[in-house]
Amino acid sequence: MKGKKLKYVVAGAIVLAALVGLIYSGVKESMVYFYTPSELVAKRESVQGKALRVGGMVVDGSIRWDPQNLLLTFQLTDGQAEVAVRHRGTAPDLFKEGAGAVVEGSWSPEGYFRSSNIMAKHSEEYKPPEHPETLESKKELFRSILKEGKP
Amino acid sequence: MIATLGGFVLFLAVGVTLYAVVASVFGARQGREDWLASSRNAVLAHVCLVTLAIFLLEFALITSDFSLRYVANNSTRGSLTRYKIAGLWGSLEGSILLWEWLQSLFAALVVARYHERGPAGCKPLMPYVQAVLQGISLFFLCLMAFGPNPFARVFPVPPDGRGLNPLLEVTDMLIHPLLLYLGYVGFSVPFAFAMAALITGRLSEDWLTITRRWTVVAWLFLTGGIFYGGWWSYRTLGWGGYWAWDPVENASFMPWLTGTAFIHSVMIQERKRMLRVWNLVLITLTFSLVIFGTFLTRSGILGSVHAFADGPVGIMFLSFLALVLFFSFGLIAYRSDKLKGHGELDSIVSRESAFLLNNLVLVGICFTVFLGTVFPLLSEAIRGAKISVGTPYFNRVSVPLGMALLLLMGVGPLIAWGRASLNNLKRNFLKPALGAVAATAVLYALGVREAEVLLAFLFAFFVIGTVVFEFWVATRTRARTTEEGLLTAFATLLLKSRRRYGGLIVHLGVVVAIIGIAVSSVYKVEREQTLKAGESLSVGRYSVRFDGLAAGERPTHILVWANLMAFKDGKPLHELVPGQRFYPNQQSPFASVDARYHWNEDLYVILSAFERDGSSATIKVLINPMISWIWIGGGVILLGVIVAVLPERRLALLAVRAREQPA
Repeated sequence: MKGKKLKYVVAGAIVLAALVGLIYSGVKESMVYFYTPSELVAKRESVQGKALRVGGMVVDGSIRWDPQNLLLTFQLTDGQAEVAVRHRGTAPDLFKEGAGAVVEGSWSPEGYFRSSNIMAKHSEEYKPPEHPETLESKKELFRSILKEGKP
Repeated sequence: MIATLGGFVLFLAVGVTLYAVVASVFGARQGREDWLASSRNAVLAHVCLVTLAIFLLEFALITSDFSLRYVANNSTRGSLTRYKIAGLWGSLEGSILLWEWLQSLFAALVVARYHERGPAGCKPLMPYVQAVLQGISLFFLCLMAFGPNPFARVFPVPPDGRGLNPLLEVTDMLIHPLLLYLGYVGFSVPFAFAMAALITGRLSEDWLTITRRWTVVAWLFLTGGIFYGGWWSYRTLGWGGYWAWDPVENASFMPWLTGTAFIHSVMIQERKRMLRVWNLVLITLTFSLVIFGTFLTRSGILGSVHAFADGPVGIMFLSFLALVLFFSFGLIAYRSDKLKGHGELDSIVSRESAFLLNNLVLVGICFTVFLGTVFPLLSEAIRGAKISVGTPYFNRVSVPLGMALLLLMGVGPLIAWGRASLNNLKRNFLKPALGAVAATAVLYALGVREAEVLLAFLFAFFVIGTVVFEFWVATRTRARTTEEGLLTAFATLLLKSRRRYGGLIVHLGVVVAIIGIAVSSVYKVEREQTLKAGESLSVGRYSVRFDGLAAGERPTHILVWANLMAFKDGKPLHELVPGQRFYPNQQSPFASVDARYHWNEDLYVILSAFERDGSSATIKVLINPMISWIWIGGGVILLGVIVAVLPERRLALLAVRAREQPA
């Protein structure tokens, strides 16, 4: 009876060890530090090339889009420091100036954050808009390509 | 008016529900049938009150009564009525009301179904089942009455509401959340029976047998909700994926994992009277993970696109979670001497061990997902640095575990109970294993070289092989002995052991979905480019030509779309019109993706950016091979569960019909 129990304990221990090993290596390989822009500015020399996430607000008026090279650039701020971000490709829905965003990537020696992934954040709280828009005012934006009918 | 009435109804419901808990416990303790009858009436009164509350809030939503803060936040005059209705579960307060309503309905159903003509061993459990279910409701009601109240007022009353997040104004919003909530609420029924068994000390297998069907149906809703969520995300959110290991997705996945483990380990207890404590732990974990997931995503403690605003909700959920854990594990400890199992494992090579291993792997995946989800919190608490582990972690850890699970899916259902002899192993597994190796070799010869894909296919073929082999042998044997036609024999078999064969069909569905996940994630191709009118972008065998931009007015937004023509091998294939939707009062646009869906490969296009004058547009093209297999697998799972749980009479009718039409 004792030998039998031992067999199960050993089998269970092997499974658990495999699980722990898997988790350990998984965590080690994909750990990403989260910094605020001011933390990044303070530590930028020591974290060069490391996988990081930086979270902050997108600075008003800072978004630039270069369609030929698919290059998106903007500034992230936490109110104290600003970080220049370059992202290849387009941003997700909900990404906008004045809203929160988290970018994933690394600090490049050229002095900007090279982002490989943008995660936009939004809040569900109700804030009445300062200048309420109508459908008409949105329509004006696209007057040159406006058509009637369905696609 | 509605605010006052709604608030009053909620407080009344708190009182009635509290009474239902007290009366059922008191009635059971004292053996007072009149108190028990009264408690059942309270359960019914409770469901009526909450239904009234739902009606009041829906009325306010439909009639755009913006004096309610909730209506102002989640509805707008311009919305279609169905999205005004869906505003009920558009954010926190309403979701909790909906959840509580379903909770009260399920409790009423359980009472109606079991209080008189319940199966054996049901009667003494019922008062406590009722008390537990009403206790859960009481938490939700208190949450609304003392925390975020759906009937709270706003002043001054805004002229128009903010409306649902435009991302949510889609038909899917009417289905996906409901499926998830039905799944969540469904698991509270087996949990309540488990707690009742612990409280009364009637710890035989009765509570399992009674709740078997409830569990499977809850599992189906949760599975359906998860699959539907992935499908929704894939078709409408502009990133071309279906699963991102987002905390809210993980929150629904964790109870699914323990729930799946529970469904399997229950079979061992029924058959061998083993694993009694383990089953109680699993159902408690499943229910707790539902609450924990809600805490995680609704408290705003982790950043997530799905998360609602933070507030006192987090503390309340956490306290309730602590209470549930304390209460259930306390009871398990208290009853520990009654919980000693009778059976014992005979051999490592047996069905019991295969199921145990399946449980270990499922709970293991659950633990890794849990760890990954709360990692930022843990690292901040322990080391003071916010460290997160993203998609690479989850993929790295869950892929090997998923593979193990896949293999076990082939072994578990066919290996012998007790101790599998070499003969049993040979008879059941030799042919499927050889077939799987041969089929995988063919794939290799066809040029598939990625190890994870080959391994996934090897195991998948093995599972399919075992299931088909099992069906074939059983059908042939039956056809021979009863001299029925093969089809009739097959149908009768399905009917005779619906649970077993339904389960095998579910396994087939899971295998199909896993093939879809493996192939689509490994062979996905993505390309993004800015095009002028007339220019093309080519990806693999496809090319996509940009024929200019257009814009048009829609009831709630302006749609800007790109006219694209897709070609495959130079031949015109399909017109595609990906676009962006611009809503008033929303700064950034929302994607409106387009795709040519096909059973073995989707061509998926996104309009990522464009020039206002229409001269150029940035188009992202994705080729997602076999992604439809995921959704097809979901359909097969649904079919299997229906076979497994459909009431006998209904199936008997079908069988008669099948016999009348000879094969």
